[in-house]
Order: sequence, then structure tokens, then C-alpha cells
Amino acid sequence: MGLFNFHKNTFKHGVHPPEHKDETNGLAIRQFPFAPVIIIPMVMHIGAPSELVVREGQEVDRGQLLAKAGGYVSVPIHAPASGTIRKITNVPTISGKMVPGIYLEAFPFSSQEILEGEPIKLNSATPDEILHGIQHAGIVGLGGAAFPTHVKLKVPEGKNCEVLMINGIECEPYLTTDHRVMLEQAEDIFMGIKYLLKATGAKRAIIGIEANKQDAADHLKNMIPTDAPVSVSVVPVKYPQGSEKMLITSVLGHEVPSGGLPIDVNVVVVNVATTAEIGRLLPHGRGIQERVITITGSGVKKKGNYLIPVGTPLRFVLEQVGVDEHISEVYMGGPMMGVAVSNLDISIVKGTSGIVVFNEKEVKRSKKIFPCIKCGACVDACPISLIPSKMGVLAKFKAYDQMAEDYNLMDCFECGSCSYVCPSHIPLVQYFRLSKSIVRKRKAAKQTA
Amino acid sequence: MLNKTLNISTSPHIVKGLSTDTIMRNVVWALLPVAAFAVYTFGISALLVIMVAIVSCVVTEHFLCKLSNQESTISDWSAVITGLLLGLTLPPGFPLWMAFCGGVIAIALGKFIFGGLGYNVFNPALVGRAVLQAAFPVAITTWYPALLDNRFSTASASIFTFPFMEPEIDGIAGATPLAAFKFDHVTTNASDLALGLVSGSTGETCAFLIVLGGIYLIARKMMNWRIPVSILATVFVLSGALYLINNQVYPSPIFMLFSGGLMLGAVFMATDMVASPITPLGVWVYGGIIGLLVVVIRIWGGLPEGVMYAILLANAISPHIDNLIRPRVYGTAKSLKQS
Repeated sequence: MGLFNFHKNTFKHGVHPPEHKDETNGLAIRQFPFAPVIIIPMVMHIGAPSELVVREGQEVDRGQLLAKAGGYVSVPIHAPASGTIRKITNVPTISGKMVPGIYLEAFPFSSQEILEGEPIKLNSATPDEILHGIQHAGIVGLGGAAFPTHVKLKVPEGKNCEVLMINGIECEPYLTTDHRVMLEQAEDIFMGIKYLLKATGAKRAIIGIEANKQDAADHLKNMIPTDAPVSVSVVPVKYPQGSEKMLITSVLGHEVPSGGLPIDVNVVVVNVATTAEIGRLLPHGRGIQERVITITGSGVKKKGNYLIPVGTPLRFVLEQVGVDEHISEVYMGGPMMGVAVSNLDISIVKGTSGIVVFNEKEVKRSKKIFPCIKCGACVDACPISLIPSKMGVLAKFKAYDQMAEDYNLMDCFECGSCSYVCPSHIPLVQYFRLSKSIVRKRKAAKQTA
Repeated sequence: MLNKTLNISTSPHIVKGLSTDTIMRNVVWALLPVAAFAVYTFGISALLVIMVAIVSCVVTEHFLCKLSNQESTISDWSAVITGLLLGLTLPPGFPLWMAFCGGVIAIALGKFIFGGLGYNVFNPALVGRAVLQAAFPVAITTWYPALLDNRFSTASASIFTFPFMEPEIDGIAGATPLAAFKFDHVTTNASDLALGLVSGSTGETCAFLIVLGGIYLIARKMMNWRIPVSILATVFVLSGALYLINNQVYPSPIFMLFSGGLMLGAVFMATDMVASPITPLGVWVYGGIIGLLVVVIRIWGGLPEGVMYAILLANAISPHIDNLIRPRVYGTAKSLKQS
């Protein structure tokens, strides 16, 4: 090994959108006030909805269990503030779907002490106990995917985890959440890494950081505890390096097989903010109540990185930071993969890594769509070497099965690089999202038939 | 404050900002020095031929769009490029009515019949020229010497030939360097060729300005550099090998590179994005095929020039190149994907 393990420290292709990170990366994390009414949907993660364990009118303490996990691929939800359960009803979510949820009225003068639970002791806990602890803390991928972390960490029978990869890439433009977490929560990160090493059985951990966060890389390097096998790997800036597969290729040089998971190359990848949360919550047996969110974009007056209670309504958040009167679009997540918001009455969820507000001037998308001129820009951008232009044509002709069989449609992880570069402004990645969901539905229908 | 209606859209919410019409417009800018030099060497005859070709392309595109109840697409500038390229491949004394027909055919048969911009199989300008070559073999091979003294005061009489009449031959026709070599075995010196002070089609003579335009487009990432490089390299290597075998029979590789329409073809014709392959490896194959065909047609074919047919043939197989040569998808076996 080693000798023939040459690689270029990065993955193939990719794009370089303007970063806009220096608008917020120097601003320390600040605590956000509690909204008078907090809205908590029971679906904040991928998997089964959480199951309510409280009733209307009940008073709850901050950190108290509100809902338990609805299955293995599910997590519980804890109260983000002390208050009264006003109503249990359907609440809006970003997808437009109404889901069961809670309206929690926060006590205005409460000290908002957080309840402590059964601590998970690093030295005595078994890997399974740590995984249980992570599930009980309600932890999901804070990078945006919101997939229950304990499921991801469970190494399947017959597989072996050698490297724990901590993802501090944060390749989305504008967002500086992970950057600030790395600068301010180094102890929590290393505590989290210790739990994760034990849970996965990995021999070493590597923290992957993009070169535009050199200060965070240096800081973490200095803080590495003597008793932890951790190294920091700085890789060149390129979108979408934060994707698990791209990160593994950049740092280790392996490719994750098509349709496979990182564990197929003996790696488990965990986001750095998730790691910090694990390191902070598990020693106290607490559940997750808040998260760091970058609020930025031309439409925001007080840009910054804020520690915001989960369930805080978006409207309250924007009122607090102040927005420009010419706002045009609001996104949850970054501008490359984030979702546009149509209703400000949705709330912050565990997967919300950023809120980007664009005013009319900053929205530069052209409405005019030209035919594909086969310029090949998308081919040169796709990080997994698909042929988006051809797939776009096939999607138009509804040849979804051909896209999946001949053109590896299902490998597309929807980074949006193709749409970003397309001079004809063809919404390629949107075509692929639709095509993928249709192919999935057809497959499911075939299996049940 | 927060009562505003928000716009929604699908991600990504930011774009790189390069637009198809911007690319097309820049191709026109890159061709302007070539066209200006054509007017300088061949005078108002060349100007008229180029203008008529452009106008006929734009008018045809507009008319066909209206005829098929579509919004006119002339604002994307692609019809202007087609017209400009067609004009630059015609001889300076070419009858204007024939040039007009060429423009109509280029747009109607070369582009519109396939579905317009983005769907053409061949470079439309070359389709127009190929039809003209078949229909008017004499007129399209009647050349005029460069730098005539009266080129700015009088246009060549032949350009005003009435439709369906025999063009008047001025009696001052000169042979192109390629024809001179092919039929009389006379070699033109390389610096005259590079600077374009020779007889030929209006825009194909000045290799220097053509390369300059190409470099501009490549620098702005609006042209695939692999196409001209692969074509020129193939021609150079193949003709160089032949020259080394027998320099009495075969022309020198420098002469091959700078004569005829090779430069214009390699830089501005073969690079038609729509009609060329999309993957880097596919593009190398495509360029190699064009280079090979150019050498074969020029040296062993019946015609002095073969760039047009070489590009058209390569255009035809370009979809197949795309089908056969695909990049290896991340995470799949390290072998070429079978179609």
C-alpha cells in the first residue's frame, strides 16, 4: 500500500462558484433568542416520523422528550425550550406537505436550564451503547441530509471500518456553519471523535477541510489530543467536495463503488458539526435542542452565525436579523443544493445548515432557456463523469429507464454543477431529480407486483 | 416587512452566468478580423459576398420560424455565424444570387430541417457550401488574385450575374495555392500563406488572424481547444511522414497546414459544438478523423481541397463517437462503457 496510492488530492471535474464566505466566516457564533411560539414538526429527519409522548396543555422542560423514535431509522425529538404545549396539529414543512407537529409556547421568564439525562460514559460504554446514546440524543446529519447518524454509524456484518472521516469541507458557497464550529468547538469535536472511533471501531480519524478554512485546520491541528489518532487533511477548494464520495476520493484516493456506501471502502463519514454535537450531548445524556446556522445573503441586514433553537419559525428568524425590502428568494441550505422557501411559517429543523436570502439583484438566473448546444460544459463539471447533456435530452423524451440503465442516472447525487454551468440555462439537475424519483417508483411498483 | 411574495425555483440558485447567445456573439467577434482581412485582400467583392450570405441566413431563419409559428430565433446569433462562415468559404467573385441560395440552403437544409439550433447534424454553413459546390462547380472554383489595385473601386463583374445565367469570366482568375500544387506542382511560400496574401476563398487565406480568433475563444472557454489541435496535429504528422518519404511528390507539412481552408475549417468549422462530440476522448478521435481525411483527400483525391468533406463526414459520425466513447462513471469498473 502507499507506494502506488498516488492521487491528486482532489476529485475529477467540479465547479468553482463564488464563495461569499468572508461575509460571515469572521463572525463568532451568537445565541439566538427564543421565539414566543416554537413549531416542531415530527418529520425533521429521513426515516419514520417521531411518535409524540406529550399531550396538549402539558408543561415541558427544555430538553424533555417530546416524541420518541418511530423505529430504527428514526430519532426522538426533545423540547428546544421550556414551555407549554399549546396545540398538537398539522404543521407546514418546506416541501409544502403538512405533517403532525407541536406548537410550543415558550415560558417568557424561564431560565431555560437544560435537563440532563443518563450520561454515556466514553470509557465504559460499548459501541452499541454509544449508538443508542446517539439515537436517544436525536442526532441526525447536521450537514443538511438529516439522516439518523446512528444508522449511518452501524457497521454492517462482514464489513470493517478503518477510517472515520470527519467532514469539515462545507463546499456550499455562503455557508460558514462548520467553519465556525471548527474554530469554536474543537473540544467537543475531539470528544465526539473519541465516541465515534469507539462506536465504529475505526483505527484513525481524518478531518477533511477545504483550503479556504486554513485557520480552522491549523486550530484543530493544534488542539488534537495526544490520546487520539486524528489527523487533519487540507484539500483544494472545489464544489461538491463536501459530498461523502468526493471527500473520500480527495483525501484517500479511493472511489466508492457505484450504488455503494462509504463503508464499502471501509470508511464512515460524519459531518463535523454532528461530531461536535455528539461530543457535547453524550457526556450529559442530553438531547439536541439547537444548532448553528449561517444566515446570510444580500437580503439580510445582520448576517452571522447563530445558535438557533430547533423549531424556531423562519419568520421570527428573519424578523430578528432584519431583511431588505427587496427580498426575492429565501433558501434553506446553501445556494447550490438548498431548497427555496415558499412559506415563512415553516420552522428551523435539525438539518438546516443555513438560511440564504437573496434580493432581486442577486438573483441572476436567466428565464430564457436555449436548446442544448452540446458545448460539453456539463460533462466537464460533473464530478462523477456522467453525460448530463445527453441525459437531459433523454429526460425530455421521458426515456427514464434508458437514463438509469445506460447513463448511470441513479449515481447522480444532485449537486447541481451541471445546471450551474449550463449556458443554455437548462434545469438539468431538476430533470434528474424527477427522473430518479420516477425510476424509483417504477422499481418499487415492479417489486410489489 | 415579510409580506412579500417570495419567488421559488429549483436549486442551484446561482448560475455561472455564461449564456448561449453570449458564446455565439463572441464567435462572431472572433471572426470579424478574418472578415475584415478578407475585405482588405479582395475588396468590395468579398464584402458583398459575405454580407449577402449573412443576410440570407438571418432572413431564412426568421422566415422559417414565422412559417412554423415559432418565436424567431435570430437573436441567438447562430444564424449570423452560419452566414458569416458561409461567406468566408466562398470565392470573392462568387455570384451573389448563388451566395444567397447557399444561405437559404445552409439554414433550411443544414439546420432548420433537423429542428433548429442544437439539433443540426452537420455544420450548417458547410452544408450550404457543399450544395453550392455540387450545383455550381465552375463558379465556386473560379478564384481571384489577392490585392488587386482596383479592388476597392470596382467589384468583380461576375458577382452581379443574373440568376441562372452563366457568370462572366473576367479573365484575371488566379489559382489557389492548393490547386497550383495539385495540378501544376507549384509551391507557394509559407509566409505568404500564413499572412494570407494569396488567392482563395474570402476568409480562408489569413491563417494568422484565424488562429488569433481561435485563441480568443479558447481563452474565454467558448471553444474546445482539442478540436483544432487534434486536426492540425494529425495533418502535420501525416503529411510530415509523407514528406519525409518523398519530398518531390508530397507537399511539406507547413504548406499543408497553412494552405486552403484547413485553418478556417479546423478553428471555426469543425468546432461547431452541436456537430462535434462532447467527451474529451471523443473529440480527439473526431479531430484525428478529420485530419486523416483532409490529408487523404488532398493528396490522393480528385479535388485540391478536402477540408469541407472531411468535416462533414466527421460530423456524421460524431453521434456515434459519443455513443461509443463515454467517460468512465465514478465508482464503476475501470473499462470503457459498452453502448
